Amino acid sequence: MSEEKGPRVEMATPFDPRAAILAPGHTYASITDKISALVLTRRTPRGWFLGFTIAFLLLMLLLFTAAYLLATGVGIWGVTVPVGWGFDIINFVWWIGIGHAGTLISAILLLLRQRWRTSINRFAEAMTLFAVACAGLYPLLHMGRPWLFYWLLPYPNTMGTWPQPRSPLVWDVFAITTYATVSFLFWFIGLIPDLATLRDRARRRFWRILYGFLAMGWRGSARHWARYEMAYLLLAGLATPLVVSVHTVVSFDFAISIIPGWHATIFPPYFVAGAIYSGFAMVVTLAIPLRKFYELEDFITMKHLDNMAKIMLATGLIVGYGYMMEAFMAWYSGNPYERYMILNRLRGPYAPVYWALLVCNVGVLQALWSARVRRNVRALFAIALVVNVGMWLERFVIVVTSLHRDFLPSSWGMYRPTIFDWTMFLGSIGLFLTLMFLFIRLLPVISIFEMRALLPETAPTPGGGTMRPAEAPTTS
Amino acid sequence: MSERTDLYGLLAEFDAPEKVVAAAQRAYAEGYRQMDAYTPFPVEGLAEAIGFHRTRLPMIVLLGGLFGGALGYALLYYAEVIDYPLIVGGKPFHSWPAFIPIVFETTIFFAALSAVLGMLALNGLPMPYHPVFNVPRFALASRDRFFLLIEARDPKFDREATRRFLEALGADGVWEVEP
Repeated sequence: MSEEKGPRVEMATPFDPRAAILAPGHTYASITDKISALVLTRRTPRGWFLGFTIAFLLLMLLLFTAAYLLATGVGIWGVTVPVGWGFDIINFVWWIGIGHAGTLISAILLLLRQRWRTSINRFAEAMTLFAVACAGLYPLLHMGRPWLFYWLLPYPNTMGTWPQPRSPLVWDVFAITTYATVSFLFWFIGLIPDLATLRDRARRRFWRILYGFLAMGWRGSARHWARYEMAYLLLAGLATPLVVSVHTVVSFDFAISIIPGWHATIFPPYFVAGAIYSGFAMVVTLAIPLRKFYELEDFITMKHLDNMAKIMLATGLIVGYGYMMEAFMAWYSGNPYERYMILNRLRGPYAPVYWALLVCNVGVLQALWSARVRRNVRALFAIALVVNVGMWLERFVIVVTSLHRDFLPSSWGMYRPTIFDWTMFLGSIGLFLTLMFLFIRLLPVISIFEMRALLPETAPTPGGGTMRPAEAPTTS
Repeated sequence: MSERTDLYGLLAEFDAPEKVVAAAQRAYAEGYRQMDAYTPFPVEGLAEAIGFHRTRLPMIVLLGGLFGGALGYALLYYAEVIDYPLIVGGKPFHSWPAFIPIVFETTIFFAALSAVLGMLALNGLPMPYHPVFNVPRFALASRDRFFLLIEARDPKFDREATRRFLEALGADGVWEVEP
């Protein structure tokens, strides 16, 4: 431990850009300066203003739709009998799923000691938070009278009632609330040391005070770090079962019912895999432009993109297995309604959506077997976008095809989204992007202190061993 | 010599994590106890070197989780069995399997909250003022410099002797910290 070693990285082996999770030549100072400069000193790129303007206009579309919805009622949407769960539930599940990658990267990859998570965890966590915010909008607005949302919560009330915990929809309230809270805590606790860095480096008084207020007087004391690492590790341990539980509970919304196509035991694992799949697709979708426009190729390297592509491939294959099992069980169960459900997906009025989802989620994905494709940034970006679309189509198929033709042909119907379904959906993308743009501008998109901790270990120490300062908690 | 009130302590600056760990170990061996180290990222072995071995945080989190789980279960039991019994699907009022998801979520909720709030409370944060910030160089503690602080209230502290000791440890600079 006491060997003389400067902070500069010296590579003992030739630099392999495909394996590095941090480009060579960086020091503690250069990492700090480069990442904090994005927030503090660098001129805001013109592209940021353009992107933010578009996102903000879409957000206004959301506000307009929500206002019209509150004034008129959910009748402005296409939801009606028999399809009472239209875009709102589709989008809710889609957004919640996207949120899962953030916690997976922060918590599960931390516990598995995947050091490459370090440069992508911060914005993946932010993405989680914003995706959960978008998801939360839909059930609230779907209630029809959102101003009575607190009826969902268990509190003694003059009506003499309580929420019914035998319903998975009530489980949802608890799962989503807990998930949003824990995601926020995880994100914020990770930010504290970096907020202290910004406080110490900000030149203008206003920002010094603002970041100083948020950093709460963090000074990097060894005792504080010991408790901090312990808290972070425990949070990761708590968030790991949580992230699995959240999409499991979301899948219970479907699986606990007796609707053909929903009543399936495979739903929880299949939903969790789908959530991670779509979440990583969204992380890739955001990471590629971010590293390009902010010149962060040193920190978000090809190794990161390659690893994320591999996770997409693995989870995508699990999702593909889920599709196969749905079809197999429909046939094997011998239940005529289940069998009709899958035939209706394959040949019914929504068949093009089902086939498109198979092409997007299973077909296009296979390109990621090729290392050449995984290392081609443009191809990877295109595939990630296709997967985002595919996962949305999957939720459309699950929600709509099962509901529109269930048991009695006399009660069959068709679901047609209205213009306000679309403006609401586009608007929630606007909300997500607006928050993302503000985050990129105001907070460090990459965890600065964790990147510093990564530095000594990317350089072999003279003694032969490598130092791993942040690897294990420093207290028992 | 620890009577002086115009001095909070002496702050030694280092440029590498191994150096501050080695210095902290030497200072501890020398008999200093009232000390702290400041680093831009968690450094392995540093907390032990200044004599910090255990944190009560895991116990706080465990208790928080148990409290959350118990609270969740008690809430559901009260609501579904005592205050508002309702037959749903022919299930008993105390249909505990249906309570599991909510009890799980409240457990995690309170455990996570106690992890964060417990960490902040044990660390004494938020702390609006701390003397080390009076040293201008300390701004680099959040960038690329590593600091070792020996407080003036340490019985072994002596303004000159401690300064010489810290300089002998290979510090790049030793700064006086105003209280």
